Amino acid sequence: MSEALESEQKTNPQGDPITSVAAPKADAKKDPHAEAKRQKIVTPEYMFHEAPRTKEFITGSEAAKEAVRRSSVDLAIAYPITPQSETMQLIGVLYGEGYVKEYYRGEEEVGVMAAIAGGSRAGVRCFTATAGPGTLRGLEGIASWPGHRLPVVAMFTCRVVNAPLAIQPDNIEVSYLINSGMIVFHAENQQDMFDFIMAGFTISEKNDVTLPVGVCCDGFFVTHARGYVRMQDRGLRLPPREAWRGAVPVLDAENPPARLSRDAPVQKSNFMAYNIHAVWQQEVWAAVERSRKYINKYMGGLLTAENVEGADALIIASGSAAAQSREAVRLCKEKGLNVGLIKVRSLRPFPTKELRELCGKAKLIVVPEFNYVGWLAKEVATAIYGFSKAKIIGGPRVYGGQSMPVELIVDEVESGLTGKKSTNVAMSQIMGGTVNPDEVAHFMRSI
Amino acid sequence: MAKRFNIRMAGVGGQGVVTGSHILSTAVINAGGESTIVPFYGSEKRMAPVESYVRVSDEAIYEIGEITFPHIIIIFHPQVITHGKSYTMPFYFGLKEDGIALINNDGPMKLHRDQARELEERRAKLYYFPATKISLEVAGMDLATNMALMGCIGAITGLTTMAGLDQAVKDRFLGKGFVVSGGTAALDSVVERKFKKKQELIEKNVAVMRAGWNYAVDHGWASPDVKRVEEPVATANA
Repeated sequence: MSEALESEQKTNPQGDPITSVAAPKADAKKDPHAEAKRQKIVTPEYMFHEAPRTKEFITGSEAAKEAVRRSSVDLAIAYPITPQSETMQLIGVLYGEGYVKEYYRGEEEVGVMAAIAGGSRAGVRCFTATAGPGTLRGLEGIASWPGHRLPVVAMFTCRVVNAPLAIQPDNIEVSYLINSGMIVFHAENQQDMFDFIMAGFTISEKNDVTLPVGVCCDGFFVTHARGYVRMQDRGLRLPPREAWRGAVPVLDAENPPARLSRDAPVQKSNFMAYNIHAVWQQEVWAAVERSRKYINKYMGGLLTAENVEGADALIIASGSAAAQSREAVRLCKEKGLNVGLIKVRSLRPFPTKELRELCGKAKLIVVPEFNYVGWLAKEVATAIYGFSKAKIIGGPRVYGGQSMPVELIVDEVESGLTGKKSTNVAMSQIMGGTVNPDEVAHFMRSI
Repeated sequence: MAKRFNIRMAGVGGQGVVTGSHILSTAVINAGGESTIVPFYGSEKRMAPVESYVRVSDEAIYEIGEITFPHIIIIFHPQVITHGKSYTMPFYFGLKEDGIALINNDGPMKLHRDQARELEERRAKLYYFPATKISLEVAGMDLATNMALMGCIGAITGLTTMAGLDQAVKDRFLGKGFVVSGGTAALDSVVERKFKKKQELIEKNVAVMRAGWNYAVDHGWASPDVKRVEEPVATANA
């Protein structure tokens, strides 16, 4: 008996017991689920705003685990793609401890995302995490979740999907997710990872939302690195999902329907089919809009803004780029430049109204990003079009997951303010009211 | 203004580049500062390039990832320069103006004239520091090269103290749930076998560190408020 246990432990990763999945030594007297059973249910309001927190120094994957521990999750499905984070492995530890009711490993991402859809439709609270290429492999299922009105929380660790392959945190994947109809948050650090996942469960199940929530982070920097995370006591958890009061009836597992779509026209190409599709999608995106009030309530806003009033220039960033931008603001201050920072936390819904107000008087906006296409710069330019005359510099950008040197951001602020031509950002990526149209002719041609 | 150093360390596998950076980082935190590290390497094998990026500050650090534009570079092995055993080429790439290059070598190296010119243009301070020699003299083996360099850089930045470094070495070898890779764990046991017991290992390592610290002070490299540290900071109560 003891031999079998020992050999089992050797197959597990050495070192830190927190990340180890080693089975605890058999102790017939001790219930491994005892602690989980003692967890106390509290309201989301108490959990997010009042519960005392203590600080711990943990990785982003561990922060995700701790969020799931406190979120009354019923079902978690893992597929260990490389490059993955340790998150789903750690959720397996939670299953062993009784914090997650059901847990298994799917065959691949298409299967995982389909099974998550089934779990959510059956009325239980679901969580999964994937990364890089796995995200895109699962995207067929993921893109169907919002239309099926499935409350789910999925964590996306961005790790490059375009060639030549890399495994570092390039966040190009986000550009696919933000157009799927789901709610999308972008975590800057381990703390965001923790907060956004827990808030995600609460928001996704609100009746006037009923949508999946994707919590993205720039992998590796957030998932594998440690940072301070302030967490509520692990003896507390959010109320469980109450599917019976949900907006969409759950699947009746005892009397399974012969087909999921009751109305045949949806699957036919005729006017009614297109009409139904249109209102269906309108309703999905209207639900995305309706989630704003809950994001404000539970997360304290779709963005955070620091030092915006009277600033010479604004940096708008999300994810790891926001972390780099904080340092850029500090370096600019040492050079006598007064720069404000807006961190976008929610990409869907996008903080359009907030940005229009904050950027009204701005003269220069710099949008640093960890991807080639510049999805955030496009979002920002679209949001403030007609509401700000600012020159918008879509850059600097780094590719393949390179760490963005803070100095590049400072360069853009300086060159933007002095009119000196930027060396790091193509003219085609410079937009906005004060830009000479001749200079952006290339950009106009390319769209 | 924040006192802030971004340090890029380059060396070869087996020298303890990552271990050294852990110790420096822990030492700065022990002394009340802030620090982060990002190790960077390919396959774990001896003499293969290793880099580690350490940020030390007296204020919060938000920045993440590799350091492209360091204030200080530390070269653990002359082959980083002579054989290009580095992820960053040339070795001083991105060094900020008036930056410091701390190089483990017995006396000045003959650099290519283009490299010498570029270093001069950015007013780089080249500190040639015989870390391996000091390690051999003080500890009787070269495996404490990293300790000599960490002592030296501790004095140069002035963001930690010898007591902070001492405690960091203890944390590292007496265990505080520190997770090492397979390769590092194997090397640790080699290091430990070379000494009769851990106590001796720690004392020798700290002695090498102190020699590095004092070398920096004696050569006028240290931060203005840093003084020489004479005889052993007590290591008895490990």
